[in-house]
Amino acid sequence: MTDHHSDIDSVSGKSTTGHEWDGIKELNTPLPRWWVISFYLTIIWSIGYWIVYPAWPLISSHTTGLLGYSTRASLAVELSNLETLRGEKMAALAAAPLADIEKDPALLALARAKGRTVFGDNCAPCHGSGGAGAKGFPNLNDDDWLWGGTLEQIMQTIQFGARSGHAKTHEGQMLAFGKDGVLKPDEIVTVANYVRSLSGLPTRNGYDAAKGEKIFTENCVACHGDGGKGNQEMGAPNLTDKIWLYGSDEATLIETISQGRAGVMPAWEGRLDPATIKAMAVYVHSLGGGK
Amino acid sequence: MNKTVNPNELTSDDDYGPLYAARKKVYPQSTSGTFRRIKWGLMAFCLGVYYFLPFVRWNRGLGAPSQAVLIDLPNSRFYFFFIELWPQEVYYFTGLLIVAAVALFLMNSVGGRIWCGYLCPQTVWTDLFYAVERFVEGDRRERMKKDKSSGLTPRRVFEIALKHSIWLMIAWWTGGAWVLYFSDAPTLVKELLTFQAPMVAYIWIGILTATTYVLAGYMREQVCTYMCPWPRIQAALTDEWALNVTYRYDRGEKRTSVKKAAELRALGEHVGDCVDCYQCVAVCPTGIDIRNGPQLECIQCGLCIDACDNVMTKIGRPTRLIGYDNDINIQRRQEGKAPVYRIVRPRTIVYSAIIAAVGGIMLYTLATRSLLDVNVLHDRNPVAVRLSDGSIRNAYTVRLLNKSGYDRVIAIDADGPVNATIHVVGVDSVTPDRPMIVIPRDSTSELRLLVTAPAQSNPEKSIPVRFRVTDIGLGEAASTTDNFVSP
Repeated sequence: MTDHHSDIDSVSGKSTTGHEWDGIKELNTPLPRWWVISFYLTIIWSIGYWIVYPAWPLISSHTTGLLGYSTRASLAVELSNLETLRGEKMAALAAAPLADIEKDPALLALARAKGRTVFGDNCAPCHGSGGAGAKGFPNLNDDDWLWGGTLEQIMQTIQFGARSGHAKTHEGQMLAFGKDGVLKPDEIVTVANYVRSLSGLPTRNGYDAAKGEKIFTENCVACHGDGGKGNQEMGAPNLTDKIWLYGSDEATLIETISQGRAGVMPAWEGRLDPATIKAMAVYVHSLGGGK
Repeated sequence: MNKTVNPNELTSDDDYGPLYAARKKVYPQSTSGTFRRIKWGLMAFCLGVYYFLPFVRWNRGLGAPSQAVLIDLPNSRFYFFFIELWPQEVYYFTGLLIVAAVALFLMNSVGGRIWCGYLCPQTVWTDLFYAVERFVEGDRRERMKKDKSSGLTPRRVFEIALKHSIWLMIAWWTGGAWVLYFSDAPTLVKELLTFQAPMVAYIWIGILTATTYVLAGYMREQVCTYMCPWPRIQAALTDEWALNVTYRYDRGEKRTSVKKAAELRALGEHVGDCVDCYQCVAVCPTGIDIRNGPQLECIQCGLCIDACDNVMTKIGRPTRLIGYDNDINIQRRQEGKAPVYRIVRPRTIVYSAIIAAVGGIMLYTLATRSLLDVNVLHDRNPVAVRLSDGSIRNAYTVRLLNKSGYDRVIAIDADGPVNATIHVVGVDSVTPDRPMIVIPRDSTSELRLLVTAPAQSNPEKSIPVRFRVTDIGLGEAASTTDNFVSP
């Protein structure tokens, strides 16, 4: 550092800060006093802030402040306020007859909004975020329903599930005809081709349609019904349509017939409140496939 | 301000000079003349608009706000006379801000700090507060004398109390007028007077009362010098052709007393017109001497022009020793050449063109904007659904916007997929495949729309589909396109 005592800029007559870059000197232009005082006031303000609000980290916790403020507590308050705010609307939803909800634009909007959120939290892991489904998990947008697609049936399935262990759950499963020794491997291949023929899919060369029909009538009609139209009482799918839960290729059908199928849908009664289940039933119904 | 530091004042502990500068209080003297009249006029206009605009009524029909200018935050609407804007039309404000910014540039390139000197709220309110101060405490000399004397006579106490009361009343009215833009003004005034207004109204009035009182009563020119970024920006934008409040060195120098000047002139010698009366300094609201040339602090309010003109008239010399002039002419006049002025030059042309273009686009879009609109969002998961009979269904979220002041009956058509049927969830339409719905005025409706089409008629992977919404009463229509996708 050079001596700045006499460092006065010859042009302006002002003192310089002593900083010099390539011959250019910085003039000392002092801040206004009130500005400096404002700066000190902000420091004093921050001390007050430390005292009343959580501020300093400690080893395993932090100073809590005199006001006892915490973001977690204020979140809890906000959430409970939200519950109160929604209380009336959700009560209206709970009180409305299921069939009337879709006719009331306000209730429909509420049920869809609520349903979409709850669906994302609870159902999306299996059914996909928009209910598109996956292999073994039904697509909820189409018009093919294992246990029925009316509002009441959808709500019942959500409430009690399928093969969920709940007392009122949907029961019925696809038996393992191969594993249990009911059908021989060549019979399984034959009946698999017969099933493909029901929905107009091509069959293997040399397959015996009459034999296939006979096996189907003896083993499958009990659940899948005459002509394989399915039975929603037992969750037996319609085998004549274009929608396949596990797949329509021969290998998958052979696997299904040999090993059986028994997908599980959990029961949501008790986990979700009745109004929420109602909202979800309307939401799923409104995805497009509802009857 | 710009106080020159005497090197002897620096002690050995104080190598870098003082850390802060004490403020020199400014006592502007009253003056009269052209620019003072312009300033009074603009002040009356600006404050009149600000204080009374919320009370102007505009009939928009039953159930709609009847306030001409209203920012309706709870309902997300902005009303300006015949215009009603929705939040998604915020780009009109973007356009307005572009026009405002470029207008500021244009003003600057034509006439320097016109904004700062005449129109800026800080200047207008400070001017008003100075007027109150002069009215209560007297002009420059009296105020300086009163501030210096420490004795508090009853009369002095009364003056101080009166001045601050008037200031606070103006400040309070300023804050009060602000909140009136956000709610129905007559109703809110009634609520405010009976202490039934919402807390937030009182809080905002309090905040704006405080800022007005502090900024116009105390901070004054410090706001312009230290807080406002515009002086720095405009200094970078200005050029040698821009008119600025300028002292004419060629006429003014050398400064001489009136008497001596007369004697010298009689001898045929050249003397300056400036008589060093310091009237230009006395009237300056920022406390500078314009004769030192263009300065950062100068807001170019033109009051020094009035003050100087009055003196020149009195001593029988031509006026406008201080006046609007440009940098080029300072040079030219000293060389004895005639002054030149050029308002039309590339930058003013460009600025005007930008203002015209942006303003034109805004006016055009405003004039042609539709009061019926439709947005469509295709379902993402699943994109397409195959139904049990093999047909394909796509689902869309449709948002209908009815910006008009009346309810509409809207019919929805979807053109694109062959043999398609459309259905709106929750709507049992009497006209098959052309769902109809009612949208209340000034609102939006979100619908779930299902388009179903046979797969064999639509073998393409993706077909464009146009959604047309038609007001069946008025025939007004809007449309948008999306795609119909096969799985």
